[in-house]
Formats: sequence, structure tokens, C-alpha cells
Amino acid sequence: MDYLQYLRLDKFPHIWCAGCGDGIALKAILRAVHNIGWEKDNIAMVSGIGCSSRTPGYVDFNTLHTTHGRAIPFATGLKMARPEMNVIVVSGDGDATAIGGNHLIHAARRNIDLTVLIYNNHIYGMTGGQVSPETPMGDFATTAPYGAMENNFDISGLTIAAGASFVARCTVYHANLLGKLIEKALSKKGFSLVEVMSPCPTAYGKINKKGTGNEMILNQKQLAVRVERAKTMSPEELKNKIIIGTIIDRELPEYVNTYEKIISQAQRR
Amino acid sequence: MSFHYEIRLSGAGGQGLILVGKILAEAAAIYDDKNATQSQSYGPEARGGASRSEVIISDGDIDYPKATNIDLLLAMTQEAVDKYANDIKPDGVIIVDSGFVKNNPKGDFKLYSFPITEIAEEKIGKKLVANIIALGVIEKLSGIISEEAIINAIRARVPKGTEEINIKAFKQGRDLL
Amino acid sequence: MKPRTYMMQGNVAVAEGAIDAGCRFFAGYPITPSSEIGETLSKRLPEIGGKFIQMEDEISAMGAVIGASLGGVKSLTATSGPGFSLKQENIGYASITEVPVVIVNVMRGGPSTGLPTLPSQSDVMQARWGTHGDHPIIVLTPATVRETYDMTIQAFNMSEKYRVPVILLMDEIIGHVYEKVTLPNIDELTIINRKKPTCSAQEYLPYIADETLIPPMANFGEGYRYHVTGLVHDETGFPTNKTDQIEVMLNRLNSKLDKYSDEIIQYEDTFTEDAKIGIVTYGSSARSSKNAMRKAREQGIPVGMIRIQTLWPFPTERIYEFGRQVSHIIVPELNLGQIAHEVEHAVKGAAEVVPVNKINGDPIHPEEVLLKIKECI
Repeated sequence: MDYLQYLRLDKFPHIWCAGCGDGIALKAILRAVHNIGWEKDNIAMVSGIGCSSRTPGYVDFNTLHTTHGRAIPFATGLKMARPEMNVIVVSGDGDATAIGGNHLIHAARRNIDLTVLIYNNHIYGMTGGQVSPETPMGDFATTAPYGAMENNFDISGLTIAAGASFVARCTVYHANLLGKLIEKALSKKGFSLVEVMSPCPTAYGKINKKGTGNEMILNQKQLAVRVERAKTMSPEELKNKIIIGTIIDRELPEYVNTYEKIISQAQRR
Repeated sequence: MSFHYEIRLSGAGGQGLILVGKILAEAAAIYDDKNATQSQSYGPEARGGASRSEVIISDGDIDYPKATNIDLLLAMTQEAVDKYANDIKPDGVIIVDSGFVKNNPKGDFKLYSFPITEIAEEKIGKKLVANIIALGVIEKLSGIISEEAIINAIRARVPKGTEEINIKAFKQGRDLL
Repeated sequence: MKPRTYMMQGNVAVAEGAIDAGCRFFAGYPITPSSEIGETLSKRLPEIGGKFIQMEDEISAMGAVIGASLGGVKSLTATSGPGFSLKQENIGYASITEVPVVIVNVMRGGPSTGLPTLPSQSDVMQARWGTHGDHPIIVLTPATVRETYDMTIQAFNMSEKYRVPVILLMDEIIGHVYEKVTLPNIDELTIINRKKPTCSAQEYLPYIADETLIPPMANFGEGYRYHVTGLVHDETGFPTNKTDQIEVMLNRLNSKLDKYSDEIIQYEDTFTEDAKIGIVTYGSSARSSKNAMRKAREQGIPVGMIRIQTLWPFPTERIYEFGRQVSHIIVPELNLGQIAHEVEHAVKGAAEVVPVNKINGDPIHPEEVLLKIKECI
């Protein structure tokens, strides 16, 4: 396929560091969009603040780079105003689960037809490597000089409990699978989420001695376990593993659709 | 100076005083074609606590929408009458519910005392319509809004299906005088 | 009953004005004393094909209205002090991205949770400078229910025309008072919609303006694929760090309203022609003041009043002229003198500025203003 048709080439080179996974994720998104066959005019990509949130600048869609943590509310308003538009939110772990955590769970609860992609790199990369809700316990960050002492959010568990229709996780190492999972998420009517494990060699890898970007991506291969196989494994065996694949895929009433029905009902009265 | 009449309705939250204020204002402004404002003060709680609703009726513009020189005060609790009796203008009217107001205020005003809530329970069978009985008393004593206008406003404002019982209560209030 | 004559509450007049202005999206969060606006629109909007959403907080409500407006739907949010504080970051976003939105703040006493059910006018400076950074904003303040309806429509018109967030700043008295209003027929209203690009999508530069200083705005989904960011951007809409581009962008942003100040700035003169003593006030305090002024006039005191309708941009020139005409300018307001300072700045010492301030939750009584008028003789 021709990726270039979806890109704003004059905006390159991109800001991402060598070894960052965000470019692989971008290609996966474009493959998914291409396979579905959506018109560029009919796609909006909305983001907050952070490295991953710079993605919209590079794609030739309707693009909206909002305030820190608030991409989902902006996307919610846009989706309600233009239900026919396909709205994709790109966010990072800090953006989506710390400052924007409340919006994440409420959008999932409403089951509004957005696709949220959370690039989880375990750190605040853009601001120089501060601890995030996804920094593994004991790992270092510029604001966790003695090691992170807080628990992490289980992003998929959180959004499933909140009511999302579709939740998946993948690494950038498994780039083909990632494209397929994003395609499933985009096609899903309802709130869909893909957690994308994307290494940050600069802000997280270095301080935690995780090696180069390449080594970090290769390490994802060692840690990844398919959802199907994970079901046969014990919690001890799954410790520190990354479970990849479709975690939930279910049919639930979608918010904007429900609202359209309410409008018909109110207008009949 | 043009015609200007100030009413303060006071008591406890849940006694329906805001509704009475809205009915009075709507009767005067919409059905009697005068000018009117209704405003209210309330505490954070929906029930209990002090409640105050004010209606100003005039044939001109109303700049200040709060009562400052009260022609008629309805007090449905002792606390309300103690607090507001002094704001009444000379020769003004105070109406109290004698079921709640045991110590009548003294001063340069005409005091009317009726067991309003008790009458609501005994004659209409519903304590809840005490406010509408009071409305009947107000209509009769103020003489500034037509009976027909108030009945129209009651029909427009009270919950569907309760129009007749409320109009009965209103007439019961008028008949007290 | 005459057509369109009602006993209407100020907050309901906001909802009705918004609908008549063409607003079809509301996002908000419940907060006293503004909740009736959302309650009314939750019922009314679906009846006319619009949408209402109660968001999880005030921040998200502000984000949602910007998103919906970018989608081409006129959008409203409403709040009070604590919620207004939360909305500030995204108000700045609307300002820099030039997305039209209307924000209602029905003021309560502050700071913090303050006095939820009592009137105040203590957010007038926050309305101007609440979000960080130099930015354009329009703030309108009504004094009657009918004016609340009219100003809501104006707020949408200004927001659409100038691509700027417009704040309708009300106080609890105006939000909650019921008054008799006769609304104009819909076909008598002037409704302004955003100017759209006429060029092709390839040629479209979202932030390049002609002599109007207001760039045409494409809605998302209409074939003009462009980028919107809260970062300082150049005329293409993409972030820039180049000082010359930053300067062009921020200068246009911050001066675009100056060009239109004559049509934006509104105030109402009453008895000012022969006035020797002046009053400058706004919102519910203007009603107390008007009452006091009538009484003073009955006693032969030549007092006149300017009621400010557009708080920001401030009517500095008119207040300066007035200051040169009168000996004193009395400024009644339900705060500790926020607009009195601005009046002082405007009159440049030409008249003595006499604040009348109150922050105890009680409105300013006409007698209090009358007393001050007499002290100024």
C-alpha cells in the first residue's frame, strides 16, 4: 500500500527519537485505515499532549491537537456534532491515565463510538522522563529517583470494567498484529481501545538500563504472550509478561446511536 | 408614583412558597397584563431550612426585583414572622399560619391569623395544599390580581391532574374572609 | 395570551436565546446557580434535533463544546465560579485556536465553593484574565431576563463573527429572577454564522486573515483537512517557534477585536445628559442603582448612569468622557471594587471614583446607593 497518500510529508522529519515505537504505531494506523477504506475527509484524529500526541500533525486527516489529558472530551463533542465522522484519539499513558484518566473511564462508560489508542511507554517522554501511572514499580524516572513506588493502572481492566465494547493490547514488535487489532478497533461501533506498548529508549530505557530502542523492541518479543495462551497460564507465569491480542469484543449500545433514538422520541412528542 | 405592590412569602423549604410566588407573578403579568417579577432566596437544602419568595407587581418597569417596602407578608413559620415583621410598611398586611405562629408580632400592620395547614388537612384532605389556601387569602386581602387570573395561573402551574383540588383549596382560602 | 410572552427565569432565557441563535449542542456539569440552563436544554435540544451531554466535569464540558463547534455546530456551556475556574485552560484553547464558543458563568460568591446560592459579581476580572497568556475575549453582562435572551444571541453572533470565545457573565439574581418577557419573532432576529472559506481545500490556510483580521473557518468533515493546535501556530495551523511568525500570529490574535470595538462595546446611558454625579455599574447592581437614581432625581439630584453591557473589552473611552462631565463616579458592584479599578484607570483622575462594594451575599440595596449619591453632592 502507499502510505504516503495519508501523510503530510512537508511535516517530516518527525519529532520522535530513534528507537521510539510511535512511528511503527503510526504505520499500523494507516494500514488499518487503508484496509477499511475510509475517506480522509471523514477521519478526525484527536490528541492531547505528549510525544504520541504529535501524531495528528503528520497525517492528512482533520487533526486536532488539544490540551493535556483532554483529547477524549474534545473528541466526544466532535463525534456528537458529526456522528458520521470516524474519530480516532491518540494518547500516551500519562495523558490518558493520569491527567485524562477520568475522561477515559467516562467515555468507556458511555460507550461512545471513539477509538482510543494509548501508546504506553511507561514514562512522560516529552517532558524529560518523569514517573507515570504506568511506570513499573521500582523502575526509575526523573521524579522517581528511588524507584516508582505506586501501583500501575491495568488499562484494559479499567476500561473493560467501565463498559468499553472493544479492548486490545499489542506491542510495536508485533506490528502486523497491531495493524489488525487497530483495524478491528476502528471498525467497532462503540468505545474501542488499543493499548500500544511502545518503547521509549530516551527517557525510560536509558535511566533503567533497558538498552537501545532495538533491544527494547526485541525484548517485547520475549515478554509477549497471546491472549489465548495466557488463559492457560498461572498468574505467576504471567508476571511481567505482556498479554497481546483482543481482550474483549462485545456488543453494547453505543451512545451517539442511543442519542439519535432519543431525538426521534423527543420529536415525536 | 405608579402602582407598585410588594409581597414576601416566607416559611420553610417544602411549603410550596416558590410555587405560590410563581402563580402570583404569572397571574399578574400574563393573565392580568401587569408587570411582575418573582425572586427567591433559598438555602442549599431542598427541604427544611428557611425559604423566601418575593413577588413585585407594578404597572411600570421594575428595576429592583427584591422587596424593600413590603405591602403583604405571608409567614408560614414562627421564625419567618419574627424575622420579617419589621420589614412591613405602615398599614401593611401580615398573614400567619396560626398552627406554626404562636407568638403574634405587634406593630403598625393588619394581622390575619388562620390555621392554614390545619384547614388544608381537614377541609381538603391534603396538608400539601396549605400554600394554595394561603394564596386564596392573599388574593382576597391584596385585591390586586383578579380571581380569574389566579385560577388560570394555577391551572398552568400545578401538576397535571391536581388542578381541581388546588382550585378548591384556593376558593377555601378566599372563603376564610 | 400574546404570542411569545412569558414569565421566564433568566437561566431559562439563556437556553431559549441559545436555541434561537442556532445553538444545537450543550455540554455542561451541574452547578448552582446555573443548573437550570442545562436542565432546560437537556429537554429542549433533542426536540429540535440538537444534543445535550452532561460531562464528567467542567474541564471536559469545555473541551466537548470546542470539539462540537469545530464540527460545525454552535455550542454552549454554562457554569458558576468553581466550574469557571476549571474551564479556564480550555477557554484559552478556544481563544488561540479561534473556535467560536459561548460560556455562561452565573456568578456566585467566592473564593472556592464560596456562596453557592447567593449573588455576587466577583468573577469580572477572572472572565477577562482567567486563562493564562495574553488573549482576546468578549464578556457580556445582562441586567434583565429579556436582555439575557438578547445577549445570548449576541454572544453567539459575536463568537461566530470574530471567532472568539464569548462569556455571558450573569449574577445569581439575573439567573434566577422570573420576569415578564415578550420575545421577538424568530424571523426578526439577526443571526450571524461563521464565515467559511471560498477557496479550494488545497489553497486553504486556516489562519491567514485578510483585512478583516478574521480567517474564514472550515468545519471538520467538509473537505478541508487541516490542523488545529493549542501551540502557537503559523498561518498553516502548524506549530512554529520562529519569532517573526509568533509575532504575526499573536499580534493579530490580540488586536483582532480592536478593529471592531465600536460594534462590540455596548452600554446604556440613562439621565447622563445633564448629570453632575455619575454611576457606572452593571448586572443586578445596575437595577439597584437605577432605583436609587430615580429616587435621587425625584429629589432633584442630577445623577446619571452608564450601565455597562460589554464588560470586556471595557468601554474606556465612554467612561473617560463621562468622568470629564461629572464630579464623582459611583461604582456599585458585588465585589471589592474590580470594575471600580478599571473605571479609575479610564477616567484618569478626571472624576472621583466612589466604590460601593458588598460581598456578604446580600444584593446592593437601592438605599445604599442613594446614600452614596447624597454624600457626593
